[in-house]
Amino acid sequence: MARLIVDPDTCTGCEACIPSCPFGSLSMKDGIAVADERCNFCSACVEVCPVGAITVEKEGKAAPVDTAAYKNVWAFIEHEREKVSNVSFELLGEARKLANALGSQVCGMLFGDRKDVDHFAQEAIAHGADRVYVLESPLLKQYRTDPYARAAVDLIRKYKPEIVLFGATTQGRDFAGTVATTLEVGLTADCTGLEIDPETKYLKQTRPAFGGNIMATILDYPHYRPQMSTVRSKVFAMPPRDDSRKGEIVRETLQMTAEEVRTKILDFIKGTETVNLADAEIIVSGGRGVGNAENFKVIRELAGVLGAAVGASRAAVDSGWIPYEHQVGQTGRTVRPKIYIACGISGAVQHQAGMKTSDVIVAINKDPDAPIFKIAAYGIVADLFAAVPKLSQEFHKHLGR
Amino acid sequence: MASLGLSGKRENSISIEEDENMKIAVCIKQVPDTTDVKINPETNTLIREGVASITNPFDEYAVEEALRIKEKHGGEVHVISMGPPQAVEVLKNALAVGADKVYLISDRAFAGADTLATAYALAKTIQTIGGADLVICGKQAIDGDTAQVGPGVATRLGIPQLTYVSKVREIDWEKRRIVVERLLENGREVVESSLPALMTVVKDINEPRHPSLLGIKRVAKAQIPTLTAKDIGADENRIGLKGSPTWVVRVFSPEARGAGGEILKGDLTEVVPLLAQKLMDTKFIK
Repeated sequence: MARLIVDPDTCTGCEACIPSCPFGSLSMKDGIAVADERCNFCSACVEVCPVGAITVEKEGKAAPVDTAAYKNVWAFIEHEREKVSNVSFELLGEARKLANALGSQVCGMLFGDRKDVDHFAQEAIAHGADRVYVLESPLLKQYRTDPYARAAVDLIRKYKPEIVLFGATTQGRDFAGTVATTLEVGLTADCTGLEIDPETKYLKQTRPAFGGNIMATILDYPHYRPQMSTVRSKVFAMPPRDDSRKGEIVRETLQMTAEEVRTKILDFIKGTETVNLADAEIIVSGGRGVGNAENFKVIRELAGVLGAAVGASRAAVDSGWIPYEHQVGQTGRTVRPKIYIACGISGAVQHQAGMKTSDVIVAINKDPDAPIFKIAAYGIVADLFAAVPKLSQEFHKHLGR
Repeated sequence: MASLGLSGKRENSISIEEDENMKIAVCIKQVPDTTDVKINPETNTLIREGVASITNPFDEYAVEEALRIKEKHGGEVHVISMGPPQAVEVLKNALAVGADKVYLISDRAFAGADTLATAYALAKTIQTIGGADLVICGKQAIDGDTAQVGPGVATRLGIPQLTYVSKVREIDWEKRRIVVERLLENGREVVESSLPALMTVVKDINEPRHPSLLGIKRVAKAQIPTLTAKDIGADENRIGLKGSPTWVVRVFSPEARGAGGEILKGDLTEVVPLLAQKLMDTKFIK
């Protein structure tokens, strides 16, 4: 078992380590730091200790795998409703940077039915894939966990990629967790930074935790390969499209029959909004200040002019003014648009957890003390019903629509 | 009747003569109430003093859905939680709202578990308590936000998974069938699955009940059974830090945002056009 050791002769009892613990596990006993059972061996305190009194002893693992046998950076090419998701192209762009640092190739992993795959594979190549592994089967037409996981596990076992990236979408999260568990390898969710350590060549994965209050950098032990991560859409830039790029297509067959697939899709009920929150470049959100369902038209109008998606705070959703699909925050969706316009939202920490990584935050609220102003790039202290319609008009003028 | 091996094969096919109830296992987690987590601006470290611990909000929906299924279709609700001894509190809450049985999985050997090792321990526990006909988890925990443990448990148990469920449309214990709606980015997918299965639930699925005063009183002194790594027959190489492929090498505060943005002051006829211009200048509006 791993142990956290505090050297009693070195520890000065300065208490610097206590607030550094993300798990609240440290306290002082007889003037020396001690960790209780909440300690997760994350080593945050080790770095903070000014006298180097804390060490974390980790026991040996099973023999490392032959990491040299694992090569290339793969991106899962996700598609939905007969269209490749943008996040897949963003992953290819990031995979290119990682592959350059490793001196290896960028590969796409693509599953689908006959009608789609060739066209999708060309798109992946145009966005930077050197090679695309393709599995084509009627069972793979739409995403379902069983056939997709089988396809990915078989491919990864056969071709041994060093890194596999997935979009942190509902599909990617459903899928990647299954693949990682089957392969018994690591999976780091929602990475916002990926980097190759120049010395070890390991993948350093950085992600937010505790509702975005802390960041953690995570490595995979060299006993486990491939290294796998999920990444939200818009975290990485879209690479340029070059339709003249050439790439290789490698075809494999799915080793699964229809009877082995345990779920069946009966229907799909399309959402009412034209722009979904996950893909939106701009989001206009309404909160308690909107007052009722009818008043959301003010929010929708601004969203309409900007081609934005409509978001909402928990207060607005719980009041029944707008469906749950629109909720942004800890118990709703986490979004990362270029521009987030919060109207009549006070900005509780739970709401911030779902939107504070947006590039530009705008707050419109009549309470000058609302916490949303603390994270906003621009704020207007005003009644939203006075300010938001005017803002819509302004953009009408600018955009001519 | 609920026997399920890691292979996912039930030991016997279902027979209606059996009087044993269908079993719903719910996995819950105790998490810090992150609303209270703040950064000390001087030392740039987390202030954790007085941070309350709560049941992960998504797991409350999981417990509630299990209770509703039990009330409508019959069955027993067994709630399990892995964590330090203090995690008995969330299990007491589950008992107070009506769970039939609860189990704490607690052992120093589990410490440092990442999602792979956590899912393994939860799956072994479900096996140890005799398997389940339906497993329910919250879609993710609010501290880690990974959404990986649910699929991990399903995979370890060898049962199908239904993630992001916003509604259970039909459930038929005898025909071993469930139909749910899954909340995706751009709509809802209606999916049918065989049972046993695992589902993870989103907030929209229900409104969790609160425990009654009587319920709280009843469980105050309840003894919560605790299972150790040995009790669940865990392979020591698959639990805790040792069974975790990932390793946190650094924890730090996010870069502070350009503190104190610009509050545009003045008459709306001036500040609104100014705001519009500033946003146009970002080039993000097309």
